[in-house]
Amino acid sequence: MKAHGTVHKYGDNVDTDVIIPARYLNSADMQELAKHCMEDIDIEFAGRVKPGDIMVAKANFGCGSSREHAPASIKASGISCVIAKSFARIFYRNAINIGLPIIECDEAAEKIENGDEVEIDFDTGVITNITRNETYQGQSFPEFLINIINSNGLLNSLK
Amino acid sequence: MGMTMTQKILAAHAGLDEVKPGQLVMADLDLVLGNDVTSPVAINEFNKAGFDSIFSQDKITMVMDHFTPNKDIKAAGQCKQCREFAGKYGIKNYFDVGDMGIEHALLPEKGLVAPGDCVIGADSHTCTYGALGAFSTGVGSTDMCAGMAKGKDWFRIPSAIKFNIIGKLPKWSTAKDVILHIITMIGVDGALYKSMEFSGPGLKNLTMEDRLCMANMAIEAGAKNGIFAVDEVTLDYIKDKVTKEYKIFEADEDAEYDEVYDIDLSQIKPTVAFPHLPENGRTFDEIGNIPIDQAVIGSCTNGRIEDIRAAAEILKGRHIAEGVRCIVIPATQKVYLTAMKEGLLEIFINAGCAVSTPTCGPCLGGHMGILAKGERAVATTNRNFVGRMGHPESEVYLASPYVAAASAVMGRIAQPSELD
Repeated sequence: MKAHGTVHKYGDNVDTDVIIPARYLNSADMQELAKHCMEDIDIEFAGRVKPGDIMVAKANFGCGSSREHAPASIKASGISCVIAKSFARIFYRNAINIGLPIIECDEAAEKIENGDEVEIDFDTGVITNITRNETYQGQSFPEFLINIINSNGLLNSLK
Repeated sequence: MGMTMTQKILAAHAGLDEVKPGQLVMADLDLVLGNDVTSPVAINEFNKAGFDSIFSQDKITMVMDHFTPNKDIKAAGQCKQCREFAGKYGIKNYFDVGDMGIEHALLPEKGLVAPGDCVIGADSHTCTYGALGAFSTGVGSTDMCAGMAKGKDWFRIPSAIKFNIIGKLPKWSTAKDVILHIITMIGVDGALYKSMEFSGPGLKNLTMEDRLCMANMAIEAGAKNGIFAVDEVTLDYIKDKVTKEYKIFEADEDAEYDEVYDIDLSQIKPTVAFPHLPENGRTFDEIGNIPIDQAVIGSCTNGRIEDIRAAAEILKGRHIAEGVRCIVIPATQKVYLTAMKEGLLEIFINAGCAVSTPTCGPCLGGHMGILAKGERAVATTNRNFVGRMGHPESEVYLASPYVAAASAVMGRIAQPSELD
């Protein structure tokens, strides 16, 4: 499985309150929430993002609230993968549980810039930066989690 | 190799004699929690997946606390969905307006969490119950759904950081100052994926309210859980609340820790976390003149009776500064009633405060005290992220109930000793 798209780049400690502000959490309609995704730090994101695009950030992405609306609204906005140096742990498990691909990779998080065209091979964890002609090795998942991802989320894996 | 307290609880719930950091396990759950924001997503997933039964009517709890009393039509719809689901499946510990409180203050008060329990909650501050010596962690709605259906969830076994507590807090310094000090020291990802384990000779000087406040903010250092060794204070707290059987777990003497910190309570000073991260803690020698528009006293971090008493101690016979709004929110109905009987509500009203029924409300920018563009609040809450309490260009400063109340009186961020 591969992802291919244009990068939207952010910094350290992107928290779930800016990914999807709580003032919108009176709705659990993820398509509706996607219209407000990232708006407190990047008001133009929802208008700019295209299906398949990739989000790249630095350390501790998704810190704060447990709201699954955060990874779900990112997924609903069309993002095909999030690359970061590290993920906050609830975001990490939420992303796996709902089937939003995420990859930890220090080098990619440093070198990829906003607007770069990037391809990710999920089987090998190799991230290719087409714009800069560079490749980075991302961390692959343990088998236990690959089984959840391959089942298309936690609930299917439990059936 | 010895195991930490958290590792031992997870091993026991996974049916294993031993676990190692990084290992992935399926563990049995003693309690599954959701609120009015996260439960609807879990219920939608539950129905979509075609589940038709829950694993236990006693071990699932739903608390309508975030946008309640219903702030708008959509919020009312979300609560209605939870109420109907709880009714259909016979969830016994469903708490609605009138008997609900802020979940993390309510559940310990109701005796729903015991030492040694394995608890998940679709709310990041579920780590609060580590104060009781339970393993308790925040998860998402899909986890909550899986937990409700199967009574199990997956966990990656965490390593741990040990905090050896010594000494006793000085006057005007609180548990909130201790945890802000720790988060500032290790950073907002300083305990990422790890346990924060609190033990040591100074533990006896921390009340259960203190411990609940500290464990509550473990997530603000990125931790999977915060957990306190069980002692006389724990047993005294649960004796008239917990009716189920429980088991006390202790860390092995040869347990390995990634790091060990000594925390001397006698050195802790009133601390304020500046926008926009809880790690931006400063003591009053580095604060200066910061005028405020609002003070919020409450939340799952600091809305318990000791916190309300602390605020009242400052506000008694005083009045808040002109141009400042001060909102006091007792965290549960029991706290509210106790505060009323002790005359604390009268103190607040005479001081010019608004006193609210329990709600998470302003903490997450839901309702009951939203900030306008450019406004600044000092709050006893747990997060000061961009836009957390309202407009993206507003600011939240995190502090103890003493500091929040003193600031409301002075009209700027102030410490209680300035009022002496």
